[in-house]
Amino acid sequence: MNPTPALQLTGVSKRFGATVALDAVDLDVADREVLALVGPSGCGKSTLLRVVAGLIGGDAGVVRLGGVVADDSSSRLDPERRHVGLVFQEHALFPHLTVGENIAFGLSGQDRRARAAARDRWLELVGLPGYRRRYPHELSGGERQRVALARALAPHPGLVLLDEPFASLDPNLRQQIRIEVVALLRSTGTPAVFVTHDQTEAMAVGDRVAVMRAGRIEQTGSPVEVFHQPRTRFVAGFMGEAAFLPITTIDERTGRTELGPVDLSPMGGAAVAMARPDDVTFRPADDGAAVVTGVEFRGATWCYTLRLPSGTEVTSTQSHLVRVEPGRCVEVSLVPGHRLVPVTA
Amino acid sequence: MTATAGATADRIGRWGWTATAVAVAALVVVPVATLAVSIAQPQGDLWRQQWATRLPGQIGSTLGLVAGVGALSIALGVGLAWLVSAYDFPGRRTLGWALVLPLAVPGYILGFVTTSAIGEAGPLQTWWRDRFGVDAWFPDVRSLPVAAVVLALTLYPYVYLLARAALRDQAGGAYFVARSLGASSASAVRRVVLPLLRPAVAAGVAVVVMETLTDIGTVQYFGVETISVGVFRIWRGTFDRDAASELATLVLAFALLAIGSERILRGRARFGEAGGRAAGLARRRLRGGGAAAATVGAAVVVALGFAAPAFQLAVWAVGEQSGPRGTPNLRRFGEFLGNSLTLTLTTVAVCLVLSILVTNARRFGNGRTAGWANRLTAAGYAVPGPVVAMGVILVLVGVDQALGSIDLGLPGVVATGSFLALVYAYAVRFLAPGLTAVESGLGQIPDEMTASARSLGARPRRILGRIHLPLSRASVLTAAVLVGVDALKELPVALLLRPIGFDTLPVWVYNLASESRFEQAALPALTIIGVALVPVALLTRRLDR
Repeated sequence: MNPTPALQLTGVSKRFGATVALDAVDLDVADREVLALVGPSGCGKSTLLRVVAGLIGGDAGVVRLGGVVADDSSSRLDPERRHVGLVFQEHALFPHLTVGENIAFGLSGQDRRARAAARDRWLELVGLPGYRRRYPHELSGGERQRVALARALAPHPGLVLLDEPFASLDPNLRQQIRIEVVALLRSTGTPAVFVTHDQTEAMAVGDRVAVMRAGRIEQTGSPVEVFHQPRTRFVAGFMGEAAFLPITTIDERTGRTELGPVDLSPMGGAAVAMARPDDVTFRPADDGAAVVTGVEFRGATWCYTLRLPSGTEVTSTQSHLVRVEPGRCVEVSLVPGHRLVPVTA
Repeated sequence: MTATAGATADRIGRWGWTATAVAVAALVVVPVATLAVSIAQPQGDLWRQQWATRLPGQIGSTLGLVAGVGALSIALGVGLAWLVSAYDFPGRRTLGWALVLPLAVPGYILGFVTTSAIGEAGPLQTWWRDRFGVDAWFPDVRSLPVAAVVLALTLYPYVYLLARAALRDQAGGAYFVARSLGASSASAVRRVVLPLLRPAVAAGVAVVVMETLTDIGTVQYFGVETISVGVFRIWRGTFDRDAASELATLVLAFALLAIGSERILRGRARFGEAGGRAAGLARRRLRGGGAAAATVGAAVVVALGFAAPAFQLAVWAVGEQSGPRGTPNLRRFGEFLGNSLTLTLTTVAVCLVLSILVTNARRFGNGRTAGWANRLTAAGYAVPGPVVAMGVILVLVGVDQALGSIDLGLPGVVATGSFLALVYAYAVRFLAPGLTAVESGLGQIPDEMTASARSLGARPRRILGRIHLPLSRASVLTAAVLVGVDALKELPVALLLRPIGFDTLPVWVYNLASESRFEQAALPALTIIGVALVPVALLTRRLDR
């Protein structure tokens, strides 16, 4: 494997007037890696993408593509010289060109025969072999998405940037297209940055997930890490449902919460302890100190809201067989084997 | 290529685009600014003399005319828009678009048809005197009120179109919500619909006022002397550049006043999609007398503003061509048409190139600066013709003198007027419609599409040729039509700036009509109306979308 990262950002910043869109961002994407960049809207992920593509310049920091400096904030490489593929939410297919012409657009350096062969191969790869002469408006949303991907991948870019590529597809189609797209990225070994605001999508797609907030990367790690070992309260809450319990510090390594002890050694000075709904369980007990305050039907499960004696509320998912009426007194505990996770505020 | 070199080229490119946008804006702004500055050193004698003679009357006429045309245009425009939007009656659909047709009849054409029809020698007054005696009273045709009615009949469609669009897009939802909250129909109209229309009506009236201030030809048929006419008199009478320019600043003052009142009238109101998109009003069906009154009322406006004058002109034209004198001026027709076409096509070419440059500057250059430049460029449309004309003269004289002082030995470009001055002034006046149309196509191509093309390795020239131009062909064509028709029918600026001996079709029509040779003026007048119908057809197609 090539040790040079496909993309390397060092201290990249970008302001728009008084708004800091990117605040000293460091980020690497290894060769063949798919990185999911996730965060709430307005966190700067699209700006990051645009800086990497060269559509806008950074104010500070360095962008390297395959080891080559593309933007050191005083000079920058034009987008057309970066060999970076782009896939947008609205696909941005050229409406007056056929599917075939769209895919071949980026192959202008090659001779006719090579272009035609490459075009046909890509039509085949994205499962649209008979679509060469069609126009974008004759395609369904999913088909347009595949053409946009084929167009971006055809010139063999060193990196592909996908900006919310599935946001315009309906939910049923979304998952299927997502699986296809990721399979294609992996089979071609194309490194990719995949921007989304949907944490489920990020975890499903990314080899690693980078969680962004207010222009900063808050945490980067494997999907399992960012979900189960979030370092901050924001990451914990953004990646999934979570309840937070106040910690009483016993010593440097141990803290105590209403649901039991929490191991502070990985963090050193955590503010709260996180419990996800699947970590928490309860049993009805007339002398129980907690009360069921709400219940929500989720199909396969029920999600109960429980108020602890201190007033803190936690949630607990239970099998659809478990029915408890709101108002019941219960005894709350952690599911055996599950642990509270300390996070900083 | 290294990163540095690429970025430098990129930066120069961006700077260049921004500079282009600023330069185009300067082309529009400099004449107006030069004119405005010329008043800083007023010639006391001129003003004293003007004030003692014509000026008070001119100011009075201008105020009266603007108020009259404005009020009539609001009444006709809003009233008719409400009629066709809120009610159903026989012929509603046809009348709905036919009410835009008067826009194709320039004031200087409707004006002379009117004076001939109801003037002293016209059939109406002849019949009147036969019936009631030679001394029977008849309202004075050569008067300000009649001039105001004529101008309003040609200009009300601006208000009508904008009011109809506002009613179609916004009023429906708001009206029904008001009704559901217990308002009566009349009260819902008064409290919700009319206030909603205010911005659209204000914008329409602003255009009407500008056109009224620009007019030089129509009002002269009716013996009305506005300030613009005063500018024309001084300039073409004595070629006293300074005097004409200073008087033109007064026209500019009126224009600024109109723009200012539009802003105040509109207030902070921006009612985009306020009542829910495409809600539309449910039309109430009129029956019996009401239906008849609606149909006849709308039809009369169409008849007065379009059908009757067009018919009269056709009768004259046929009579003239088949008459015993044959066609004495058909040969000259070719010459004047040629002049008009040369001028029009040159103006279209200039406006299109500038519009495409400015639109791209917004995309590739510094967005904010280029955006400001765009707005200034479009503002030329809101400057009355006499102001633009005199401003252009001042600028060209200044350039001429500067070139003369460095002794290049160039021939004097401007003494009294020139083709260059005409094209310049036309471009200032008509860049706005071209720019709007080009922007609606070229400017609407999403940035993502440009970004995709660039990321696929396309250089700007390939993007322009392969993506941008093919995608905006229709809007560029529309821009050409709008600019071309405006330029072809333009009279006031041509009257002020044409070189001696260079008559355009409108100038010819005006000269013939001023000499009461209506039959001879009919054919060129019909030609102008025919051409002017093209953009009107484009407009009406969008009405019921």
